[in-house]
This record gives sequence, structure tokens and C-alpha cells, in this order.
Amino acid sequence: MNFTLKIWRQKDAKSKGAFETYKVENISADTSFLEMLDILNNDLVHQGKEPVAFDHDCREGICGMCSLHIDGQAHGPSQGATTCQIYMRKFKDGATITIEPWRSAAFPVIKDLVVNRSAYDQILQAGGFISVRTNSVPDANAVLIPKEDADEAMDAAACIGCGACAATCKNGSAMLFVAARVSSLAKLPQGRVEGARRAKAMVAKMDELGFGNCTNTGACQAECPKQISITHIARLNREFLSAKFKD
Amino acid sequence: MSCFLSNSSLGKKLVMSVTGCFLVLFILFHMSMNVTAIISPEGYNAICEFLGANWYALAGTVVLALGVLIHFLYAIILTLHNYKARGQQRYAVTVQEPGVAWASKNMLVLGFIVLVGLLLHLFNFWAKMQLVEILGQHTNSLGYSPADGAALIRYTFSQWYYVVIYLVWFAALWFHLTHGVWSMFQSVGWANDTWYPRLKCIANIVATIIFLGFAAVVLVYFLCPCMAGAC
Repeated sequence: MNFTLKIWRQKDAKSKGAFETYKVENISADTSFLEMLDILNNDLVHQGKEPVAFDHDCREGICGMCSLHIDGQAHGPSQGATTCQIYMRKFKDGATITIEPWRSAAFPVIKDLVVNRSAYDQILQAGGFISVRTNSVPDANAVLIPKEDADEAMDAAACIGCGACAATCKNGSAMLFVAARVSSLAKLPQGRVEGARRAKAMVAKMDELGFGNCTNTGACQAECPKQISITHIARLNREFLSAKFKD
Repeated sequence: MSCFLSNSSLGKKLVMSVTGCFLVLFILFHMSMNVTAIISPEGYNAICEFLGANWYALAGTVVLALGVLIHFLYAIILTLHNYKARGQQRYAVTVQEPGVAWASKNMLVLGFIVLVGLLLHLFNFWAKMQLVEILGQHTNSLGYSPADGAALIRYTFSQWYYVVIYLVWFAALWFHLTHGVWSMFQSVGWANDTWYPRLKCIANIVATIIFLGFAAVVLVYFLCPCMAGAC
């Protein structure tokens, strides 16, 4: 398969970026999207040109490192998949593919397609944890958790913090990420203890970092590679508002 | 408390939700009142007489104006902040995400149309009814009694362009409410995956009832003025 790639190139955070066009040829349909970019970079290196910088790590859809806004969609055309889980058979032979970095004020571009997502780390550090004494491993049945609660907590905990939610949201809102983190702990007894403090601290940090306000469009859940539901945003709203009214 | 309602993103959304809920309830009341004008113009005028410039109607008007003002100001504040949060560099290519309603992404534009329609409506009706009574006058600029709402409706909707403008206004309100009604439950946390389809269905029903109620008055007075007591 042959493709024309329109890729955002930007020397560094301070430079002005622009699209550059590249051709890739004889790509197998079973090549992953990131492997296709590897092939392009290999060609660029052989031509003595600067390779395209992009984030990647596990290439198994687990780590949340890969990003890329492909043809207008976060993580490309597949639903419930990260960029590394997309294969070139998803695209038509001869297609022109536009590749952009996440666009959000809180995710500044570092180089080419790489953005700084440390804002999510800062939100996590503000409250995405539980405080427990370390000791021997407790008995698994010592704290009983209803299966529905455990399932919901696990659904929320599937968030890999890739940033697709904020990158997709027309408001640059990080609500789905914060909600998933709050929800995954709020549904479990171990996380319940610090529920109020956590919701307030994480929302305050999210606001401080300049993320936008949720307007309930649902675009985040549509593009989330882990298909996390906005039902967790409703829970975050409940957690936050009940905590504030108790103050 | 005041701090969190004006400083926090979720606090501001709570204000939008509560004021939005209040406005929806008012619109439902207003629509019910208007429908009376089709059934009985005399009955409608009796309601106009009952409300008029009495203290309870004036208090209601002030609270309503505050509701509109706060809802509008918060919408502007939230949208400006969201615009900034989106960053200066926008995507070159965008697509409509599956399952995302058009109205949900255009609430401010729809809100502006609703507001412009509201200002026109205030000029057409409020300024010729309650305001006339507040000023202590007995007839409005058209020569009608300020409590003769039916005559005012008949006069306004005898002009085709007002019919078109009002129908466009109601359509914008319909779109605004299809997202706004279910969204107000989400913003206060009263929603989940089981209730999303139900809440969206309720929002569509509420928006449609409001649209049909208001539109019916306009169309009946335009198409069949005799039915509305003109003959």
C-alpha cells in the first residue's frame, strides 16, 4: 500500500510548526501505524533528514504513551484502540493521512508530534492515591466489595492517561481523565476514606492547570481508547459537589 | 461557598445547571399560559390581568431576569475559558465524533439566538404589557389595554415575518433544550449509563412539547385568526 502523509513538524516548543508532506510506499496492510512511521523515519534517516518525533512505548495499548490525532480523530479511525493498535489496512490504498499532535493549551508541543502531558501527572499527584500503612498483605476476603462496585472501579481504572479526552474535547477539558481516577478509587472502600479530599484536590489542580470546562458533549468517551463512560464524570460531579456542600 | 460557585469549573457548571433548570420550568409555565390563548382568548387575558404589574409578577420578573442574566454571563465566562484552554493552534482536520449531538457543540450560538429572540419578544410583548402597567399607563403604543394579550398576539402574528422569526427562535430553543435538559442532570451528578437514554429521551420530549406549544399559538393566530377569536 502507498500513502501520502501530511505530518506536523515543529522543531521545538518555541518554534512555529507547519505541515510537511511525505510519501511512503510498499507498506504491508498488516503494518501497524507506528511501524509505518518507523519505516518513514528509516527512509528519512537514510536521506540524511531529521526523523519525525512521536511518542510510543509498549505498543500494546497499555502504557498510554502513543497519542497522535490522525485524520481528525484522536488515536485514529478505530474505536476503543490506541494509535499503536491501528493497522494500515484501516486506510485506503493511496490515501492522504493527516497526522497532528494533541492540541490543547495544557499539552504544549515539545517537538513534532510529541506533547508534554505532565499536567495529567500533576493532577494525579494532587489526589489520585490512597494513604495506607504498609504492612503484610491483608487477606483478600477481609474487605468485601460488591462485584458491581469492583467492575465499575475497574472500568474506570482502565484509563491509561493518554490525553485523548482533553485533546478531543472542544473545551480542552480533562474531566474524563480526572473522573476516571476519582471514580476508580471512590467505588472501593480503601479509596472511600479520602473521597472528598481527593475530588476537591484533583478538580482544583485541573482548574489551576488551565483545562477547560466540561459541556457534556460526550466527545471524550467517543474517542477514549479505553471507552471510559461519562457516567464517571457524573460521579465526579457528585463527589465534588457533596464534598463542597459539607465544607 | 460563593468562592467555589465562581472559581471552580464544577461550581460554575452547577450554577449553569440550576439557572437552566429554573429557566426550563419558567418556559414550561409560559408555554402552558400561551396555549390558553388558543383555547380561550378571554381566559388568556384573565391570566394577563392576574399577573400584570402586581407585586408577585414584578418579583417573578426580577428573579427571572436574574436567572437569564446569570445563565448568560456564566455561559460567556465558561466559553471564553474553554476557548483559551483549547489552545491557539487548532486541528487542521476534524470529524464529528460518533454519538455526539450537534446541539451539544453549539450551545453558545444557540443561546445567542435564543437571547436575541428574547430581546425581540420583550420589545413585542413585555414592553407593551407589563412595562405599560409599571409606567401607570392604560393603553400601549398600539392602543390596546396592557392586559389584552390576545389582541397583541393577534396583531404580532398577523405579520408573516414575525411568524418566521419566532419559529426560528423556537427551533433554536428546541436544539438548546435537547442538550441542556439532560445536561443539567449530568452537571449535578444525577445521571449514569442506565439513565442517559432516559434523560435524553425526557430532554427531547420536554423540548418538543415546548416547541409545539409555542409554535401552535403562533401558527393558529397566523393561519386561523377566527379560531383565536378575531372574527
